[in-house]
Amino acid sequence: MAHVIAIPKPRARAAPGALVRVLTYTATRLVALFLTVVVGVYLTIIVANMGGYVDVIKKAAIREQVGFQTFFDPAMRRLPVEQRQARIEELIRIEEQTLGLDRPFLLRTVVYLQDALTLRLGFAERMTSDTGSRLVKNVILDRLPSTLLLFATSQLFLFFISVIWALSLSRRYGSFMDKLVVGLAPTSAPPAWFYGIFLILIFSAVLRVLPFGGMVQAPPPESKLAYALSVMRHMILPMSALFLSTIFLAVYSWRTFFLIFSSEDYVEVAKAKGLSSGAIERRYILRPTLPTIVTTFALGLIGAWTGAIVLETVFNWPGLGRALFQAVGLFDTPVIVGSTIIFAYLLAITVFVLDIVYVLIDPRVKVGFEGRA
Amino acid sequence: MNRALRELLAYPSAVAGLGIIVLLLAMSVYAVATIPYHEAIRLWRGGEALWADNPRNASPVWVNLLPGRDLPHTIVVRSGQALSIEKPIGGGVRQFSMSLGFDYPYRKFPKELAVFLDPEFTDRAPNVSLFWRPPDGTEIRLTELTVRRSDVYRISSDVRLQQELGGRPEAVLLGDPNAPEQPLRGRHELLIRGYLFEEGSRVEPKLIVYGEVHGLAGTDHQRRDLIIPLLWGAPIAMAFGLLAAVGSTLSSVAIAAIGVWYGRWVDGLIQRITEVNLILPTLPILIMIGTLYSRSIWVILGVVVLLGIFGSGIKTFRALFLQVKEAPYIEAARAYGVSNLRAVFQYMIPRAVPVLVPQFVTFIPAFVFLEASLAVLGLGDPVLPTWGKVIEDAHSRGALFTGQYYWVLEPAVLLMLSGLGFTMLGFALDRVFNPRLREVS
Repeated sequence: MAHVIAIPKPRARAAPGALVRVLTYTATRLVALFLTVVVGVYLTIIVANMGGYVDVIKKAAIREQVGFQTFFDPAMRRLPVEQRQARIEELIRIEEQTLGLDRPFLLRTVVYLQDALTLRLGFAERMTSDTGSRLVKNVILDRLPSTLLLFATSQLFLFFISVIWALSLSRRYGSFMDKLVVGLAPTSAPPAWFYGIFLILIFSAVLRVLPFGGMVQAPPPESKLAYALSVMRHMILPMSALFLSTIFLAVYSWRTFFLIFSSEDYVEVAKAKGLSSGAIERRYILRPTLPTIVTTFALGLIGAWTGAIVLETVFNWPGLGRALFQAVGLFDTPVIVGSTIIFAYLLAITVFVLDIVYVLIDPRVKVGFEGRA
Repeated sequence: MNRALRELLAYPSAVAGLGIIVLLLAMSVYAVATIPYHEAIRLWRGGEALWADNPRNASPVWVNLLPGRDLPHTIVVRSGQALSIEKPIGGGVRQFSMSLGFDYPYRKFPKELAVFLDPEFTDRAPNVSLFWRPPDGTEIRLTELTVRRSDVYRISSDVRLQQELGGRPEAVLLGDPNAPEQPLRGRHELLIRGYLFEEGSRVEPKLIVYGEVHGLAGTDHQRRDLIIPLLWGAPIAMAFGLLAAVGSTLSSVAIAAIGVWYGRWVDGLIQRITEVNLILPTLPILIMIGTLYSRSIWVILGVVVLLGIFGSGIKTFRALFLQVKEAPYIEAARAYGVSNLRAVFQYMIPRAVPVLVPQFVTFIPAFVFLEASLAVLGLGDPVLPTWGKVIEDAHSRGALFTGQYYWVLEPAVLLMLSGLGFTMLGFALDRVFNPRLREVS
């Protein structure tokens, strides 16, 4: 994805001022990534506010709410009409001021951007965390464990299983198992929620052996062990859905990738030298492909941040994806922006760290600028 | 080209994929030809009256092919088929009696019984009493009512009647007195007796004995025939997937080529936009668009294409074009002073076709499923009948809890088929066009 494997410049010119070069490169890279985050987040802020239209909705809601309150307030009813009207307008003004609606929209987007970039996520407008807190931070932190539990575990398993399986297939390519995986690769076209529906149908509706959805049985079991077991039981179907929708394509792509690398000349030489297949795999196949493997792994892991909105909806899984979906439905911009900014930072940091990791794990990569720059 | 085709057909998966695609295209053509666009929308959104004759949540007819299943069909008895007697009793008042009879051949009870009454009068509405006569000749009084407007008397949901009969009305009325869990086969009759108070006054009754099966696809919770969305879902899915894939891949290729050709800041800008786009949360943005602006499938399509243009595909094409740009023939073209436009569109882009075509075919299902995903979140197009909307309806009505599996399975199987069809073809195309992959697989 967003990684740049820098093309090395001729060695002779690289020698002097290597440190300066590394530092300049690092700084430019950081600035570029930060600007990317700024623009991405600003766009999200604009879209999440409908370019200012959400203000109109909010103002109308305030007007309605204030009108409603004053209608049932006996003290207000006793006031003469003009005074009451003035009082209503004042209440509306105060309410708008607390939400900052009295300042121009563009100015506010800049403030929103500042707050977002400094991770002052502020208060959610309608959503609350399970503990009743309205802090966006708490709303997000509340949902994070369940998303991490489901998606990070699945990603970890998926990654290791697919790489190891692919490696073994690439050694025995043309075998029945290999052909089977190639044939099954198209099954990764449907998304996970789609398999989820089939799995619910088979295991929950027809066989009645696994729960339809949710994260833990209701009421939650008292003992910790029973609780953990119940959560695990609820995880089986969503995890299997994630697996079914990715595993074959992942194995197929890794296997092809490894095969391309195992047809390199140096692998042939290693074979000719009579090295064991394990040694060939470790030193001559895994080593040069390590950057790609690490990239896929890292990006897959942070992809878990947004979870899978539809999968969480289908399985009623109380994770971040669902929270984000609810936030959009409630026009709760702070939650949307908060979730996006964290994702953006995670992505930017990962990309940056990956750039450094490439240099560490792959001696062929030299820090520097691409070709013409 | 011929060689490529022959090579392609050597892959069984490509043949299967092509077969599925042809099938779906045939289905699309059939749907559009037999049910015009506006008719489809009318049949899907037209209102209660259009589907009042259909049973609610009925399974498709073919479930009766399964062993041990013998679900009843719907029986509609109209007043045209009724035996009618009229007798003037003075003062312009006429007494009338009608009998709506039908043979009930099934071994299971119907789902519901309902009488539709359509009156004609100027001032004084007709008054009717309804009776049920099972084959054994006894008469059971159902109700008495004044028919002021076109109305439905739902025998099955008459609580008072249910109490009087001591059980579900359709089960008691049609039941065999000796074996109450079985319907009595033979001729059942609905008797309508009443008074018409005016000269031209009339009552048009219609008895509907709702079955458990309906049509090739069954019906949903609103009694709508599911064949409409299943058939029409095909052209919509194809059009959406195709347009989105064409729009995003072609523009990605063009932009990548332009970036590489001009280089410098153009390339840099394109790269930066791509990176920004990577941070933008695609599905949440689509959800925002759906919630805040418009749920029209064509608006969503536009946004999908816009977000897809600067997708990760651009990086692949850019890497490819960077190599192409150094090729001798491009250098030659430069030497004789080729125009920029010509260089990009006639010399560079054609080189991307082998990568472009398979990618494009493999992309189609992704967009088909994207539409379905939005529909499952309740953000489907409000008027168009699509597969995703059927799944959403079924899912939100708990079709899986209540065992109405056909409701989920029918659209899901069609979605699955279109997913598999295009992906199988796309993978095979990839292997034919990109020999590097073929060598090793």
